[in-house]
Amino acid sequence: MTVAPGAPGSVTSIADDVRSGRRSAASVLAEHHARIARAEADVHAFNLVLHDVATEAAAAVDEAIAAGRDPGRLAGVPIALKDNMCTRGIPTTCSSKILDGWKPPYNATVVSRLADAGAILVGKTNLDEFAMGSSTENSAFGPTKNPHDLAKVPGGSSGGSAAAVAAGFAAASLGSDTGGSIRQPASLCGLVGIKPTYGAVSRYGLIAFASSLDQIGPFTHSVEDAALVLEVISGHDPMDSTSIDAPPLNLVDAARLGVSDGVAGLRVGIVTELSGDGISADVLARVEVAADRLRAAGATVDRVSVPSTVLGLSAYYLIAPAEASSNLARFDGVRFGLRVSPASGGNVQDMMAATRAAGFGPEVKRRIMLGTYALSAGYYDAYYGQAQKVRTLIINDFKRAYESFDVLLTPTSPTTAFAFGAKTADPMTMYINDVCTIPSNLSGDPAISVPCGVGVDGMPVGVQLLGPALSEARLLRAAAVIEMGN
Amino acid sequence: MVIKAGWDLVVGLEVHAELATKTKLFCGCENVFGSEPNTNVCPVCLGLPGSLPVLNEQAVELAMRVGVALHCEIRPSIFSRKNYFYPDMPKDYQVTQYDLPLNSNGYLDLPNGTRISVERAHMEEDTGKSTHLGGTGRIQGSEGSLVDYNRSGVPLVEIVSGPDLTSADDAKAYVAEMRGILVAAGASDGKMEEGSMRVDANVSVRRPGAGLGTRCEIKNLNSLRSLLRAIDYEANRQIDLLESGERIAQETRHWSEADGRTSSMRSKEEAMDYRYFPEPDLVPLVPSSEWIVAVTRGLAPMPGDRRRVLSAATGWSVATTDIGFAPNAEAIVTVIEQDLDALVLGAIDAGADARRAVNRAANELAGQSATIDAVAFATVLRLEDDGKLTATQAKAVIAELVVNGGDPHAIIAAKGFEALDTSVLEGLVDELITAYPSEFERLRAGDPKVTGFFVGAAMKRSGGKADGRAVTELLKSRAAT
Amino acid sequence: MTNVDGPTDATKRRSLRRTDVVHVAGLARLALTDAEIDLYTADLASILGHAEDVASLDTTGVEPTAHPLPLVNVFRADVVRPSLDRDEVLAAAPGAAADQFQVPSILGVSA
Repeated sequence: MTVAPGAPGSVTSIADDVRSGRRSAASVLAEHHARIARAEADVHAFNLVLHDVATEAAAAVDEAIAAGRDPGRLAGVPIALKDNMCTRGIPTTCSSKILDGWKPPYNATVVSRLADAGAILVGKTNLDEFAMGSSTENSAFGPTKNPHDLAKVPGGSSGGSAAAVAAGFAAASLGSDTGGSIRQPASLCGLVGIKPTYGAVSRYGLIAFASSLDQIGPFTHSVEDAALVLEVISGHDPMDSTSIDAPPLNLVDAARLGVSDGVAGLRVGIVTELSGDGISADVLARVEVAADRLRAAGATVDRVSVPSTVLGLSAYYLIAPAEASSNLARFDGVRFGLRVSPASGGNVQDMMAATRAAGFGPEVKRRIMLGTYALSAGYYDAYYGQAQKVRTLIINDFKRAYESFDVLLTPTSPTTAFAFGAKTADPMTMYINDVCTIPSNLSGDPAISVPCGVGVDGMPVGVQLLGPALSEARLLRAAAVIEMGN
Repeated sequence: MVIKAGWDLVVGLEVHAELATKTKLFCGCENVFGSEPNTNVCPVCLGLPGSLPVLNEQAVELAMRVGVALHCEIRPSIFSRKNYFYPDMPKDYQVTQYDLPLNSNGYLDLPNGTRISVERAHMEEDTGKSTHLGGTGRIQGSEGSLVDYNRSGVPLVEIVSGPDLTSADDAKAYVAEMRGILVAAGASDGKMEEGSMRVDANVSVRRPGAGLGTRCEIKNLNSLRSLLRAIDYEANRQIDLLESGERIAQETRHWSEADGRTSSMRSKEEAMDYRYFPEPDLVPLVPSSEWIVAVTRGLAPMPGDRRRVLSAATGWSVATTDIGFAPNAEAIVTVIEQDLDALVLGAIDAGADARRAVNRAANELAGQSATIDAVAFATVLRLEDDGKLTATQAKAVIAELVVNGGDPHAIIAAKGFEALDTSVLEGLVDELITAYPSEFERLRAGDPKVTGFFVGAAMKRSGGKADGRAVTELLKSRAAT
Repeated sequence: MTNVDGPTDATKRRSLRRTDVVHVAGLARLALTDAEIDLYTADLASILGHAEDVASLDTTGVEPTAHPLPLVNVFRADVVRPSLDRDEVLAAAPGAAADQFQVPSILGVSA
């Protein structure tokens, strides 16, 4: 069974229509609410659908237009938000019982920027608890289904955000990507997904998983839409010390240039280490198709070795849990969220341990345990310290590759969407899903997953383009070329 | 209390000082003491999910002042997370400079000249405050503990000395001097009573010449008096254990001022594994050499420099001796500790004698809540020097100036302190000679003790207005004729 | 300098014991059941076994990267910003009394 995926209107077309008065923001929202009402029960993309708040926001956009004020670049565009980004007065759960009932007293920077641009927040989307997972099966509130095949996972951890766009519940959504959590579900749901350069989008108000790896980015149906949303949410934020103070990215023009002018002279490298063992044949075939499309548009394509990427998975599964073990310490039952007191009473430390045991799901506990161990006395050097050195090796390898290549091409996910329960028995089986996406989180460089046809099962396949820091414009231009062939 | 003979004491101190910024270390909440609970809090200092820290530049500036004042090397630093669960620490980790502190390898010279090494002076965030209610509940309907996060995220500098202090007195002098340096640098108000300066002491004992003994860390030292008592108590506790053949357990101990003893808080075996790692939400702190130079040039004179100025003005040495300070050096130390040196130097400029100014300031102005005008101070001291005021009168005038201010001449007139006219004084002396002829004969015979008798009698008859030295001079001239 | 890596070190790393996991659960403030301890003992051993490629790598002369950004000296000015409303803050707390956060008793320190 599938939920008729549709593009009821791209981000750019909705914004154009609303800004020019051809459609009202209220009517656009009503269409999306109707679609949610029809299919959300099957898909379960959302932890929370916003009705009144969204209706008021749409009315404000329509009023602004009536009054002749600029309603913003995303006027009336319905957008869904991964439920790990803080929304003032609106529950924010990370799909965890431990945040049950919590309403943040502040907005994430991306939420403010979307609101300022006239976007309409339609709901908070489901995720693997605290963004830890690759299938959205780790949500405390039940899994999200892939709109292309409800028996299959949408990917994760931003599975709800991917499904919301794929099912037409929103024109775009935001996810967060720590090891592939935007790109992998984008690939599995047939969408464009971007993990921007680390520091390009403010993390203020994003509930941290692994601070040195997390980035927020968009899901959309098209490359141009992704460019527009990323332009709106990126840019320096004084509330985030790791925010890059650089000139605004000029992305929409770059995406259009790909369509109009191709990519003459672009040097594309297919990463040998990420295009062989462990990747299914039909996915590899789509990478070749993408290479052909780039070649046809003027690029040269060669194979390139980035040897230390094979260590990325291990390094990631030491660094990310280590940072997570610290980031998730604050969920202790003292200031917000769940509190569980042991039956026997006890002191505050007993309360904390009971709260955390009851509030966190099995995968979150697993990673907290792993990260705590990796940082603990006697093991720091062998695990966390070594992983940080591997990070240096990966960065250096990428730098070397970018001396000869402008962009790198890899699969996004080793397989198409898999069935529920297929990879839950052994944690490593699930972790291997991230093998192609992790290296760019470790290096901090941008990456994009763009749809490139379907696999033997008829499910969507995405390919991934990688580039050096702040090369989003280049990646979008090349992605537009691949997209044109679809 | 004194340390038992045959043992040496070794003390290292950790001083935590809150930096005198307007806002907290990583957020824009006000850094102020005494607000209503939980009114100076935001997502960052409450550790709410999604919040991120941004470093306060002024806190770095003040921490660098501390580093320069303590002769430290100032180096690039990174912040780390120190991970442990505690309800008054909202993120359940503390952001602190760990393996790369901003300031390292400095020293502090005690007023007696002893040089104490400063291993590091690093920046970190303060915790909130918990109130422990116990089972009964001091607040209606409450039990357990209450937490106020106003202090959470206040910038601290933690200054760690080497194990160089060998007596409780030196430890006290170190803390007093540190306070003076922090205040002079404008880095902290140094108020132990408000907790803006807090001290932990690492105490161990050893036989002379032996290696360092096992140390215990003493917490809850809220005053200089506590510091003195706790160190002596702890040293003797350890000596008693060692002399009875027991071993010292390395542990953290809590000082009870009421009980006058330390007790175990947690042992090394239970010590936390803090799992330090670089704080990924912050970027490295790399002070430029220009910045360091600017901080160095802008630094106000430190207590040691100021003592040297007064030492030069008075000709009194403040150098160390084996038996501590000469009383004169103590007066200079007091003047600096009490921040009275500007007043003293102003009075010297206005014509006061330097030594008299230092002594009167140390004895009459130290510990007062208000101070006085330098010119008025100098006027009183000059009148005293000129014999127009007795010492007692001068002190009374100074006390009046402290309380109400005003013109010293007017105060002198109002109190009737005008020195006696020479003819009146001569009449008084002649009256006394007539009244006590045998005593006068002894004076003529050269017995110096009788002078005091006559001066006392003159003071009594004049109601304290007679100047002692003038009386002595008159007696001398009468006896010579 | 990190000491890598004789077979002895690798063996030591692989021999994750149940007591280690109990200790880590204490550090992480997780009141785990016996079944969870068993589960995570096996899982951690498996994951750390896979991580042996990183743990046993010769990284002589390689500097660690804590952070992908080359930024330094990011500051804010010492300017007061509005704090949160106390009632809103305390309304979100699982326990509150006397304008403060209320928790079960804190052991280890006396008032």
